[in-house]
Amino acid sequence: MPIITFIRPDSRAERIEAESGESAMLAATKHGLDGIVAECGGNAMCATCHVYVDDQWIGRLAAMGDEEDALLDGTASQRQPNSRLSCQIKITPELDGLVLRLPERQI
Amino acid sequence: MSAANIPASHGGGAPAVNSSPGIPGLDVDPFAIEFFEDPFPTHEALREAGPVVHLDKWNVYAVARYAEVYAVLNDPLTFCSSRGVGLSDFAKEKPWRPQSIILEADPPAHTRNRAVLSKVLSPAVMKQLRDGFAAAAEAKVDALLVRGSFDAVADLAEAYPMSVFPDAMGLKQEGRDHLLPYAGLVFNAFGPPNELRQSAIERSAPHQAYVAEQCQRENLAPGGFGACIHDRADAGDITAAEAPLLVRSLLSAGIDTTVNGIGAAIYCLARFPEEFSRLRRDPSLARNAFEEAVRFESPVQTFFRTTTREVEIGGCRIGEGEKVLMFLGAANRDPRRWSDPDRYDITRKTSGHVGFGGGVHMCVGQLVARLEGEVMLAALARKVAGIEITGPIKRRYNNTLRGLESLPVTFTPA
Repeated sequence: MPIITFIRPDSRAERIEAESGESAMLAATKHGLDGIVAECGGNAMCATCHVYVDDQWIGRLAAMGDEEDALLDGTASQRQPNSRLSCQIKITPELDGLVLRLPERQI
Repeated sequence: MSAANIPASHGGGAPAVNSSPGIPGLDVDPFAIEFFEDPFPTHEALREAGPVVHLDKWNVYAVARYAEVYAVLNDPLTFCSSRGVGLSDFAKEKPWRPQSIILEADPPAHTRNRAVLSKVLSPAVMKQLRDGFAAAAEAKVDALLVRGSFDAVADLAEAYPMSVFPDAMGLKQEGRDHLLPYAGLVFNAFGPPNELRQSAIERSAPHQAYVAEQCQRENLAPGGFGACIHDRADAGDITAAEAPLLVRSLLSAGIDTTVNGIGAAIYCLARFPEEFSRLRRDPSLARNAFEEAVRFESPVQTFFRTTTREVEIGGCRIGEGEKVLMFLGAANRDPRRWSDPDRYDITRKTSGHVGFGGGVHMCVGQLVARLEGEVMLAALARKVAGIEITGPIKRRYNNTLRGLESLPVTFTPA
């Protein structure tokens, strides 16, 4: 199963096994990871599963849709060029080793 | 309560039902006063009876387990909304009001209209509203602390949304007292043709006239949600004729829902003082305490869908053109999905609850609801030491909404 590493703002890292086909958000919430709130449950409506994608990986993700792009303008922590919503990152075997950094705040 | 006895037989002179083999028929009326008083034993009976059940009284299928409710919510082309999200099937019966172009629409038509409201109610817009909503919540709690004892429904759960939402919409001052009766009507009308629905529709004319008028551009202040919807018509996202109907959606679903959501949260915090103490110790839990109240009480209890084809769900076959009732409140307490589901726990990981629905039709105003709920509970956490229920509570009866008519309380200051 692909492994995703989430890095907290204080640099502590957590490795999570994800299932191919599920979103990075779902993998995180299933493992009870604090720092991904996901209020809307993965419907791309709330912007509380914000992550900063590691520079090595940002180009390897599928492009974001207009909806996600608009939501990212409303994140609680500052949007950066590598900002994504983790509910819109679908895990595939090619994403084994993905590194996602958590923002200071989701709300 | 007899409604919880399952499974009922199909005999006893009941009309012929078309329940498929393997789908238990239940003699349960989820739109009856006795059910509203205490739905939880019946919810459990519905969940335990099977993944899909048939409600013989109204001749509809129903799902009450989390997995099946989730599946129905997330397959909008099979379980469609365009034939109405109440019991009435628009393919057979004229809707009581012009059909909604978002709630009662399917993709792809729905997608375009939904995008307009998502933009108007986006996280970025909420950031601009936050300070004003928070200041109004603090002022409301200060005023209630001066009074000490009051009705937490009328004076708080209704008064607070009424003090912020109509202004955010850009509504005129006069006539706002039509908003709650109109919403009560809309949510009663999703139900079956019982006394609640019939009497609400009989009395509906003045409320409908008010709402139709306020949806027009000239009655909506610039910068409000209503005017922003009309601006999207200028931008070409929707037609000028569609804009008033989208404004109507916000007037239908934007106020009574938050009233019952905030009411649910106050009722929870009053009943579970240990949770209120935790909230006082850490007011940053306010937002999750509200979210958990939405899961726990599920202010919006039910919605229907209609099948567009024969479909298998939970191992059961349902034919085309059948109404399927989703018990959101029962799914939110399904022990298959939630640990200790009957406990109100303000630190619970609530993500995935279906109190706001789910899938493409998930409540478009959820961010407004959470903002109102969060700032109100944060104000309570900082300013109030105790919430005591001081008199008999009274339940309000509605075919879709769960909430109280009256909740007498006393606040003690922090």
